Amino acid sequence: MSNQKKFIVSHAPFWHDGSSITERSYNTMIAALPAVLFGIFQYGLPAVAVVSFSVSCAIFWELAMNFVTKRSLTIGDGNAALIGLLFAMLVPATLPWWAVLTGTFVAVIIGKQIFGGIGSNAFNPVVLAIAILMVSWKDLFDFDEALLNYDLEFTMLYPIAALKHFGTASIESFTAGDLLLGKQTGGIGATFGLGLIIGGIYLIIRGFIRWEICLTFLFAVFATALVFNLYDNVRFAGPVFHILTGYTLIGAFFLATEDSSSPVNFIPMLIFGVGAGVLTVLIRNIGAHVDGVIYAILVMNLLNPVLDKIRPKAIGKVG
Amino acid sequence: MIKRSFFGFAKPCLKYESIAETLPELEKISTPRKVTLLLTTSLGEKAEALPIKEGDKVKTGQKLTSDDDDGTYVISSVTGTVSSVSSYLGDFGTSYAAISIDVAQNEEIDEEFEKCSKKPTLDILKDYMVCAPGSPPVELFYNLEKPIKTIIICGYDNDLLVTTNQYIIKSYIDLLKAGIVILKETTGVDDIVVVTPHSLKQDYGQIEAEVKTIDTTYPSASPHMIMQKVTGRALPAGNSFEDLGICFMTAEAVASIGRAFGNGQIPVRKTLTVIDKDEGIKLVSARIGTSLKHILYELGITLNEKDRIILGGPITGSSLYSDDHPIMPDTCAIMIQDSGKIPPISDYPCINCGECIRICPARIPINMLVRFLEAGQYEEAADNYDLYSCIECGLCSLVCVSKIPIFQYIKLAKYELGRMSVAEEVDE
Repeated sequence: MSNQKKFIVSHAPFWHDGSSITERSYNTMIAALPAVLFGIFQYGLPAVAVVSFSVSCAIFWELAMNFVTKRSLTIGDGNAALIGLLFAMLVPATLPWWAVLTGTFVAVIIGKQIFGGIGSNAFNPVVLAIAILMVSWKDLFDFDEALLNYDLEFTMLYPIAALKHFGTASIESFTAGDLLLGKQTGGIGATFGLGLIIGGIYLIIRGFIRWEICLTFLFAVFATALVFNLYDNVRFAGPVFHILTGYTLIGAFFLATEDSSSPVNFIPMLIFGVGAGVLTVLIRNIGAHVDGVIYAILVMNLLNPVLDKIRPKAIGKVG
Repeated sequence: MIKRSFFGFAKPCLKYESIAETLPELEKISTPRKVTLLLTTSLGEKAEALPIKEGDKVKTGQKLTSDDDDGTYVISSVTGTVSSVSSYLGDFGTSYAAISIDVAQNEEIDEEFEKCSKKPTLDILKDYMVCAPGSPPVELFYNLEKPIKTIIICGYDNDLLVTTNQYIIKSYIDLLKAGIVILKETTGVDDIVVVTPHSLKQDYGQIEAEVKTIDTTYPSASPHMIMQKVTGRALPAGNSFEDLGICFMTAEAVASIGRAFGNGQIPVRKTLTVIDKDEGIKLVSARIGTSLKHILYELGITLNEKDRIILGGPITGSSLYSDDHPIMPDTCAIMIQDSGKIPPISDYPCINCGECIRICPARIPINMLVRFLEAGQYEEAADNYDLYSCIECGLCSLVCVSKIPIFQYIKLAKYELGRMSVAEEVDE
């Protein structure tokens, strides 16, 4: 028996379809690239600095946590880098370095690692980090103030903040075409609507995100905004404006669809998307905050475990 | 290997192999110099207590009994001298006695079966046919509490690339028909259904059974799916097919019965599919007990260090640590996987992507189930997360992004729960 060959003994199935977490992360980052590159093109070097520092910080925090908790290194799966990239896409190009450091700390450590790492986070790490930063340093997310020194070839007003404070009269200068092509101020990667839509469609086709969540989210934003607009078109902007401004598009395609904090069954996904969409417009139109996407997604994240209990009956299940 | 499509939003579609158009040639594997027979026995660990001893002479077709309470036996597939009897522990704690026989040059056929093969009865089936190729589950007909009302004969193998039973139908349809007649006479069951792919339906002609066609997409040939197709209802979770009076048999098992009573000899050659490293398919016929090493040698397939040998197909088979393992009456296929083609596994947690939910034919909440199984909370998993609805198709593991061995967890959980309930019964 000494010259016996050794074989690999393991469990069935002996095939695998080859999908991996790394593939998912990198493809999501590729899908985000058009919007990020547009942001860099628009805001120049400061945007490059924020994006690269954010990605490196997120990877660093994940690595640090791997060492502290003595677990195997998980930075190779690309999830930390993705968190860093998405975080950078949501913030203004002039965000100070310490805010990036803190934000990515909140996202990776508090948002993900202390829950047990990838797959265990109850909230979308990026959304949680933005929410905490927004509450703690309100001024950081005042885009009009943050981007004061920029003078690009369009109205330098953060559209939904203008709407909130001055009503629909102030947003007449924004046309849907301009908004879609990114002629608006906002987060580094959150303003280029066309790029985000292309990225989102790519992810849907590749099966990395679910159309059920993003499309119902956008539909609900549209429908709710339309109802408000029909009710009072002086105070409330139209549905297209709501879809193309703020974090709506990046929220629909990149934030609400995060695996761990969103449902997996069909009907729960629809409810999740609709809930987040309705809440977004409610917060924007009658709430205290300028943009509702962040809090809407957080609330729906909270409801996710309950929602996912609505599921089809397994075959042969008795009772 | 089936890879994820670029358009990942669509559900992957796994098709069974079909041999309807090109019937492959059956390669006959020569009789090896030594065969090993595995005898299921509760005496497994005390192999020396068996009545069969080293040095005993055996004839082809001779019954080697274990003499334990269950009355288990194997049929010798060769003529020769017993060279060793040892114990062998299989998957999930099954204990066997491994009986090695050195093959003699001249073959002699044991005549015991021929004497009683003139008039088939259920007792003869039970006494001689249980270890025939395909393993007819004759003992099910002896359970008076759960009488069998329907026999479903599977003319389709429940794993990808495996075509053994399709071959049987294509080549030995007359033996199958003869087997069905004998089954009807001996068991008294009138309701016999043959399930088959659509492409083979015209091969049946006149047959004393109902022929039903099934879909060619995996896992429609799994017993659960067949039952749903044939009877229109699903197997209630936690029940067995016998509970509902249904007995599954492979086409090969029925053909074996037909052959045995046709020529008065218990068949000892097993038909099986060999899947080589490039996923090419060969159909071979070999004596039961032939080692895999011998079969692979004759087919010219070389095994290297760190390759994988699989008994069964790519999705539901089980891997082996030695190529000395013999083929058994219920071995439908052998698969060899090159070390370079073995997909990696990982210890990542579930990321809740939902791929398994979308592919599961039993609609089980696998994303939740796997969390409980990983933590060893099997009872919770069975009570709240439909563990017993699983039809064991293995698709969840195939598509798992985190490469979690979900299928293995499920089988382990069922096994552990089974042990626990046995232990509780013993306590009472």
